[in-house]
This record gives sequence, structure tokens and C-alpha cells, in this order.
Amino acid sequence: MAMIEIDGLAKNFGPVAAVRGVSLTVDKGEVLGFLGPNGAGKSTTMKMATGFLSPDAGAARICGFDVQVDPLAAHQKLGYLPEGAPAYGDMTPAGFLAFCAAVRGFKGDAAKAAVAAAVTRTELGHVLAQPIDTLSKGFKRRVGLAQAILHDPPVLIMDEPTDGLDPNQKHTVRALIREMSAEKAIIVSTHILEEVAAICTRAVIIDRGRIVADGRIEGGHISFATSDESGARGTIEADARDLDGIFRSLTRAAA
Amino acid sequence: MKGVGAVFRRELASYFATPLATVFIVIFLFAMGAFTFYLGGFYDNGQASLAIFFSFHPWLYLFLIPAIAMRLWAEERKSGTLELLLTLPIPLNAAVVGKFLAAWVFAGIALALTFPMWITVNFLGSPDNGVILASYVGSWLMAGGYLAIGSAVSAGTNNQVIAFVVSVVISFLFTIAGAPLVMDTLSAILPLELQNTISSFSFLTHFNAIMAGVIDLRDLVFFGTLIAFFLYVTSVLIDLRKAG
Repeated sequence: MAMIEIDGLAKNFGPVAAVRGVSLTVDKGEVLGFLGPNGAGKSTTMKMATGFLSPDAGAARICGFDVQVDPLAAHQKLGYLPEGAPAYGDMTPAGFLAFCAAVRGFKGDAAKAAVAAAVTRTELGHVLAQPIDTLSKGFKRRVGLAQAILHDPPVLIMDEPTDGLDPNQKHTVRALIREMSAEKAIIVSTHILEEVAAICTRAVIIDRGRIVADGRIEGGHISFATSDESGARGTIEADARDLDGIFRSLTRAAA
Repeated sequence: MKGVGAVFRRELASYFATPLATVFIVIFLFAMGAFTFYLGGFYDNGQASLAIFFSFHPWLYLFLIPAIAMRLWAEERKSGTLELLLTLPIPLNAAVVGKFLAAWVFAGIALALTFPMWITVNFLGSPDNGVILASYVGSWLMAGGYLAIGSAVSAGTNNQVIAFVVSVVISFLFTIAGAPLVMDTLSAILPLELQNTISSFSFLTHFNAIMAGVIDLRDLVFFGTLIAFFLYVTSVLIDLRKAG
């Protein structure tokens, strides 16, 4: 059974069709890079996949639990870093992570251990006592990451986890994602295409609310299956370094 | 309900993590004192009773409680933390109840800090402390009513100013429904039963009954039902927003 199943998700905001029938499944061990221009529907798709937005059509399941029908069971299995890594700004990372642990049912020593492990992995150690509002963008992002991996979830969905990080921090986060990837199903959205070649085993390109390419990345090589607006299918075989060119040729029409 | 406790503790702590708690409590106590002593003529009244003090509570709550309630959901939505809260494994109802309880307990702390008033009347004379206790309970219940209204309004917008203004207006309607000004006007045009129905929705009617020293089951049921209803509206409004 695929750990993330997205089945025909669609969403309209008034007259605007933001997402038009996105389907994909992600298995354990896969890191899916979710790519697309701004406004293509990446965040909206992720919000529906996590159950924050209810779709107009389609369904999303996490470890078999429908996020709309059985949200508590689905959310128990999910670590989610929303767009912009929101957190309660008046709290300290220590307080915020303790809250997340409590909500997730950790008690006493188990809660302390879960928080400590997440703090170590995201290197938050020396800002634990500062209000989140006073932290730099990079630290805020890592607080969001720590929150998402706190309970060692089988499914991770992260909306731009490396946005706003400096090159060292990006490297750390990528290493963290690679390290976790064997045991989890992960979806990562990003605008940094080199990142995809570096950490993802699969890339999906979305444009104007639909998937235009879905491909595997192996040993620096990408095999894409494409489908255009009219439904015509094709394949692209390329070196992972050419992802930039492929991305632009597939999504250029929107610009 | 799972999660209520965690949300409640986080929320209550957040009041005290910012100057909000201090500013609110200072202004609350100052306003209570100013109204009671200057507008109410507490000393001139010559009675060892807190009736004057309590009679100002509905009018102060009318403005002060929406000030606490406006941030309940509007702020979560604006800062994006709503997305986090709603993708954690807690039922929406638990989040609604936890946040409400934290605000209610916070209002209770502010109310409890008016205890010097109680000491003062006991020092000056021998008031009926049973009546005072009942009035405190009634005042806190009424604060819960105003908060629940504010919670529902806050859930419907991500703009705190709108949340505040609309809460004040709705709270005002619930307050004055039983005031003499309204009832005298209505008595000329409406049948008695309808008048009674309207006045039975009034916070004033129920609070005045409790201030008389008797906590009647009807008044408890009124405030309890009102709070439950508006918390239900809160969760419906948040759920509706999920649809985009």
C-alpha cells in the first residue's frame, strides 16, 4: 500500500481552478520533489493532501486513512511543514515543541526525548529559550521542521523546507531528509531544482493545476512521463542537470 | 476530550508571555475601580454591598471581553498557525474548547483580582457575602457568554478589528435586550409573551437575577446553552473555511 495516496484532487477558488485533478502515490523510501511555477497549485495540493483544505473533488489518504474522513488517524501519521513554517511567535522553540509533543500524546520522559531528538536533528540547541518571533528566518524554518519530525512520522509533507536557509543550513536539511528517506514517504516542494537532483528519487512538475511531468531520478538521470493540456503523452530522458531546461519548457506557457 | 488540556495550557501561557495580560488586567481593574467609585458613587451610597460594582460589569465586559476574544481565531488564521493546529491530531472541537477555556480562565483571573473591593466592603461594614459570591459566579458566567460570542465572530474573519467591532455589536444586542430602555419601548408594541422571550435572551436579566443572591438553574442553563451554542458556531465557521 502506498503511504501517500492522492486521488483526483481538485479545488476552485471562486472562478479560478487552482488544482485540476492531481493524482499521485508515494511509497515508503521515496522522496518526491514537487515542482512548479508560483501559482501552479503546489501549496493548495499540499494543503488538501494534509486535510487543511477540503477538496472540491477527489480524496487524499495517508497510510490508508482518508484525511477528510478520519483526520485524527491520518494526522497521527503525518509530519507537516506548512508554507512559511508558521509557529506561535510568542513561544520559545522549547515551549512550542513541548506543546506539539503534548498534543501528539507524548508524556513525561517520552516527550522530553522526542523534543531533544528533534532539536538535535535540526540543530536548534542554542536558541531554545528565545521567543520564536525574535529568531532569524532560517531558525524559524528549522523550528517548523523540528515540529514536523518530532514524532518520527512515516509520512512527511514539507512545503519549501529550505526556503530562507543559508547554504550551510540547506546542506544540513538536505542531509536530514536523505537520512530519513529510507523509512518514510516524503513530499518536498521546492523552487531549487539542484535540490531535486540532490535529494529526490522522483520529481513531479505541476503547471496550472495539473501534473505535466512525473519521473524517476536515478544516478543523475531523469526519466519523465509527460502529459500536456490536450492529454497527449510523451517521455523525456535527460541528465538531472538539465532539469532546469525541462522545467521551463514544460511550464513556460503559463508565464 | 483529547488535546483540550494541551491547547488550554499553551493558550493560557501565551497571554502571560506577552504584555497583553498585564495591560488587560491593569485596565480592567482601573476601569472597574473608576466606574464603581466615581460614576457609581460607591461611598455616597452608604451601603456595605457590591451591587454598584457588579452593576457595571456587563457594560465593561461589552468592550473588554471582545478585546480578548478578537484574537482567538483571527490571529491564528492571519499568522498561519491555524494550518498547523488543524493538521495536528486533535479534534477541532478540542481546539475550540481549549482556546475558549483559556480565555475564560484568563477573564476569571482578572475578575478575581478585584478582591480588594470585597475586602473593602467587609472592612467598612458587614455585607451579605453569599450575595457577593453569587455575583462573582454570575459575572464570570456572563464573561463566558461574551467570550463565546467573540470566539464565534473571531472564527469568521482574519481581521481582528472587524472581529472586535462585530463582537461588540452582537454583545450589545444580547446585553440591552432586557434593559428598561428597550423593554419600555417594546412593551408598547409587542405582546407580553414576545417581550418576555426577548428579555429572556438578555444578559442583564439573568445577571440581575443572580446578583439578587440566588443562582437559579434557569440562569445557569441560559449561560451554559449560550456558550455551547456559540462554541458550536465557532467550529462550524472554522470548518466552513476549510472549504476555501
